[in-house]
Amino acid sequence: MAAISREEVAHLARLSRLAVTEEELDTFAGQLDTILQAVAQVGEVTAADIPPTSHSVPLTNVLREDVVVPGLTPAEALSGAPDAEEQRFRVPRILDEDVAS
Amino acid sequence: MTDLTKLTAVEIAGLVAGGETSAVEVTRAHLDRIAAVEGRVHAFLHVDTEGALAAARAVDERRAAGEELGPLAGVPVAVKDVLTTKGVPTTVGSKILEGWRPPYDATIVQRLRAAGTVMLGKTNMDEFAMGSSTEYSAYGPSHNPWDLDRIPGGSGGGSAAAIAAYEAPLAIGSDTGGSIRQPGAVTGTVGAKPTYGGTSRYGLVAFSSSLDTPGPCARTVLDAALLHAAIGGHDPRDSTSIPQPMPDVVAAARLGATGDLTGVKLGIVSEFVGEGAEPGVMAAFHESVDALTKLGAEIVEVSCPHFKYALPAYYLIAPSECSSNLARYDGVRFGLRVGDDGNRSLEEVMSLTREAGFGPEVKRRIMLGTYALSSGYYDAYYGQAQKVRTLITRDFTAAFEQVDALISPTTPFVAFPIGARTADPYQMYLADLFTIPTNLYGGPGISVPCGLSEGLPVGLQVMAPTMADDRMYRVAAALESAVGTFTPPAL
Repeated sequence: MAAISREEVAHLARLSRLAVTEEELDTFAGQLDTILQAVAQVGEVTAADIPPTSHSVPLTNVLREDVVVPGLTPAEALSGAPDAEEQRFRVPRILDEDVAS
Repeated sequence: MTDLTKLTAVEIAGLVAGGETSAVEVTRAHLDRIAAVEGRVHAFLHVDTEGALAAARAVDERRAAGEELGPLAGVPVAVKDVLTTKGVPTTVGSKILEGWRPPYDATIVQRLRAAGTVMLGKTNMDEFAMGSSTEYSAYGPSHNPWDLDRIPGGSGGGSAAAIAAYEAPLAIGSDTGGSIRQPGAVTGTVGAKPTYGGTSRYGLVAFSSSLDTPGPCARTVLDAALLHAAIGGHDPRDSTSIPQPMPDVVAAARLGATGDLTGVKLGIVSEFVGEGAEPGVMAAFHESVDALTKLGAEIVEVSCPHFKYALPAYYLIAPSECSSNLARYDGVRFGLRVGDDGNRSLEEVMSLTREAGFGPEVKRRIMLGTYALSSGYYDAYYGQAQKVRTLITRDFTAAFEQVDALISPTTPFVAFPIGARTADPYQMYLADLFTIPTNLYGGPGISVPCGLSEGLPVGLQVMAPTMADDRMYRVAAALESAVGTFTPPAL
């Protein structure tokens, strides 16, 4: 049985904000199925009582001295932006047209 | 006259410091070499000729003014395109960052500049460091100097190819699942993954933040150790950076080079010698084990029963972290924006931008990670993988109660032909079978050339406990003193 369907892959692509093509969906569905069947091996391990590790370095609440250090100027911070205006990142339309008008 | 490109970093720094050559001469020699072989090797995505010569002139001026120079002053270095370089293009091998010139230097790049090294340019890599061959670079693969029809490993294949082809004596890589060590193994060069937290991630474009570790690539163990010492150590700008002094890796490499491993106990990971590796790789490995025994090391077999689950655990953890990290490529703050016609919504533009900007392997991993983190699958996939990570860490801890360091082949197979593993993505993942456990544990690992199989290089991996990077350098340098270095055929 397949671990993942073409419809599920289409859903994942939407969640991932990837406008994939129909052809890509066919390819990815097969490849992700192969990968998922392989990585599902982790389920063989008895680990109910084992704590999870998210990180190998046990550091918590790393703080710095509360002193001002030089940062980027607005021009530097915006230097790579596809579009900028009045020292701000300019984004495409975020509201529906009838709401915006 | 001496061919400056064939020298080690130690030799170059010595000649520059002694006034027998200049940093500018050294830099010109390497730029000439790049011009001569890049058409065939394609190690670089960007060569910064002007920046390199300016940095070299600055070193020569400091020397002329009588300033004391550091141990790597005047030595050229190639930097993987995963580190930000102020004003110098940084693409991470992806179309989504094509043309981006970062407004700041990564900490490692700052330290390279402070050490007086000369950055030649940025090296090719699999897109976002996801891959084992550089074939997933959006700018075409690099070629292995040992056989130009074969891969130089990945993701840091550009850095490894550059040093194997004598385009640079030193390079920086980054290792999330083996991306420094596996390219080192298949190009006959040395690649070291430091302890996680031992080298700064500030300015390292994030792939999987709990695993990503920048580190050194070189043609000799001592050169790698000197580069490691120059870039490593605590960085307040990286909150996962370990606030402790690093072990003296340079002294360890010099000690190892004496060829005496008396009193050192090494463990062969039994799970890694039974299956999975090519016979030629195993033959070279076993010869190296004999060599290490002759140097005085005591060698035993150690079982690490959960290592066989490292690859599946990694391919849940790394894609999960990547699906979150790569959400920043939204077409707003930097990089590509596609389809913004004034009518399309932010979400449509974002989806078109990411579709156009990311290659297939990156898309696969983003979707895989999104799946593993989604409600209903989280416990069975990501949650379970994190528990397996704990068990792998416990395997390492138990092993290091018995031995000083672990050894294995670095990678199961020698450099494969370009195109051989791209049809089935999982076949590509197997290249990192032996390197991944170390990333999940967080300890250091190094690949050192140990022999040839059918004329292609084989690497031996030394894995050490967290913050005991010096141990792996000692063992690697000792093996190098016994088996020597390996030179590819002339290009």
